[in-house]
Amino acid sequence: MLDLSAKLSQKIFSNDIETAPTRDGFGTGSVEAGEKDARVVVLCADLAESTRAEQFQKAFPDRFIEMGVAEQNMATVAAGMAAAGKIPFIASYAAFNPGRNYEQIRTTIALNNMPVIVCGMHAGVSVGADGATHQMLEDIGMMRMLPGMTVIAPADAEEARKAVIAAAALGEPVYLRFGRAATPVFTTRETPFEIGKALILWEPETRNQKPEIAIFSTGSLSYAALEAARALEEQGIDSVVLHVPTVKPLDTGAILEAAESAGRVLTLEEHQTAGGFGSAVAEFLSDGHVVSIKRLGIQDQFGQSGTPQELLARYGLDVTHIIEAAKALVRDIVLAA
Amino acid sequence: MALTDEEIRLLEGKARAIRETVIRMLVAAGSGHTAGPLDMADIFAAFYFHILKHDPARPDWEERDRLVLSNGHICPVLYATLAHAGYFPVEECLTLRKFGSRLQGHPERTRLTGLETTSGPLGEGLSQAAGMAWALKNFSAKGGSASGGQFSISNFKNGSELEPSAYSLAPRIYCVMSDGEQDEGNTWEAAMFAGKHRLAGLTAIMDRNNIQIDGNTEEVMPLEPLAEKYRAFNWRVLEVDGHDLDAFVGAVEEAKAVSDAPTLIIAHTTAGKGVPEIEGDYRWHGKPPSAEEGERFLAQIQRT
Repeated sequence: MLDLSAKLSQKIFSNDIETAPTRDGFGTGSVEAGEKDARVVVLCADLAESTRAEQFQKAFPDRFIEMGVAEQNMATVAAGMAAAGKIPFIASYAAFNPGRNYEQIRTTIALNNMPVIVCGMHAGVSVGADGATHQMLEDIGMMRMLPGMTVIAPADAEEARKAVIAAAALGEPVYLRFGRAATPVFTTRETPFEIGKALILWEPETRNQKPEIAIFSTGSLSYAALEAARALEEQGIDSVVLHVPTVKPLDTGAILEAAESAGRVLTLEEHQTAGGFGSAVAEFLSDGHVVSIKRLGIQDQFGQSGTPQELLARYGLDVTHIIEAAKALVRDIVLAA
Repeated sequence: MALTDEEIRLLEGKARAIRETVIRMLVAAGSGHTAGPLDMADIFAAFYFHILKHDPARPDWEERDRLVLSNGHICPVLYATLAHAGYFPVEECLTLRKFGSRLQGHPERTRLTGLETTSGPLGEGLSQAAGMAWALKNFSAKGGSASGGQFSISNFKNGSELEPSAYSLAPRIYCVMSDGEQDEGNTWEAAMFAGKHRLAGLTAIMDRNNIQIDGNTEEVMPLEPLAEKYRAFNWRVLEVDGHDLDAFVGAVEEAKAVSDAPTLIIAHTTAGKGVPEIEGDYRWHGKPPSAEEGERFLAQIQRT
């Protein structure tokens, strides 16, 4: 059953639930962050509309900096602005930011410890028709390997808004990951969000009943995780769903509690299974904890053109595949990759 | 004349002391770069003992001018200069590149006060300096009076840009870069950005010593005509002899008087300047002198 303390949308499983891309939360959140703190500036690499940076541009034209198609310069200029007291957000597609400018981020933001917030839009295969060049699937791995870098993949536009505001106040380097496609807005203004904290979305009906499986999810797939949990319950399988927006630092307390309680863990991410969120969970749990882990994600391949639904189904990340993987894990069957 | 004879003598003495320290630290380290640090000793002496508004006792003073070293591999000259200027004891220079030292092989801002950034990977300093210059240009005079010593970067209010007449009071941003790193695309992205925003608070100095690791710059990847290229990017460009202290300080004064564009000073230098036996030889770009060579080099520096 739904965890009531998460204060999720009343319309959560209804067909008319509101949808919006998580990048919308960058637009609204950056304006709010800008209102709270005059040091906030937004840099964009010729993608003001599709990154939603245009909302900040309209609200604070003097604090919006159009960089042109120059992601490497955007990262390094932002590092200089941060050194002179600004709080810069740098926005482009994740394939280029951090895909193109990774070394600049590594040296001048991470190693240099500058409070720049790197915003990677259009992450995952759900980018859709643009195809593999624009579907970034390696960014979580790249960014979580950088010492001192906080990595956050919000579940929906509302959580993205909160993450943007929290990142501006953190005073450290942050990577925020956003998607292109409209996805259900299932959290509310009252849903708790704190950097480094995971959120229980679903639990077994009776509190002291142990779940048979723990589903850990990051980004907008957390909604699919919930739908899968509901279907599993109807089929007599109790699960716990933990939404983990902050991939780094990982909420190890919440992850360990759920993993030990269920004994089986299924991780979900719209990212390569190598090096991503599931890897982070597996790295932590392999350090002395005995649990069975299955990681769902992209299996060492690039994406292609299609609709988000077609692509999530093709790469095994839709609700049907999640249910199937969960049941196989509960039956102790190891699925072939 | 930008400098009096007495000032020139003082700076020449500082440059000689910096060169000697550079040789001692490279010999002690057993690795590092020799040619660039030697050829930039005059310019670093001019910066830290004449041009920059700075205070070694307050390295994070908000009103300070900022010198961003883009080609981090010449850090021995920056470390030696900072030490001679009083940021840390000169003896500490001998810890260069050693385990536990604040003087990393390439400079790291978080380890040593007095550094404005972390550098080494090439082509990244100009854009960081441009970002600083943009931030300071877009500091509103209403948020603190620059003339009244209340200049506050972190507490600025947003709004109008600084009046051009206020530039002379605002902190200035200097970027020291190499000619070799003009190969990097990031450098030209930064040049476009600074030109677009007419960042008059930014002055870049290019160490035009004509060498890089693999050979002479014009053979590795032709760069000329550099002055025309930067002018096409909306920069003012000045060219000086990088070992003529009076000419260099004069060029910086000229750059400070420009209110509508960033300025590039192409400083023509002789790689390895001060040690005649290695001057102009690209093979000394990336290696240190042995102990024996170090003694010889020191003797040659002391004769200049």
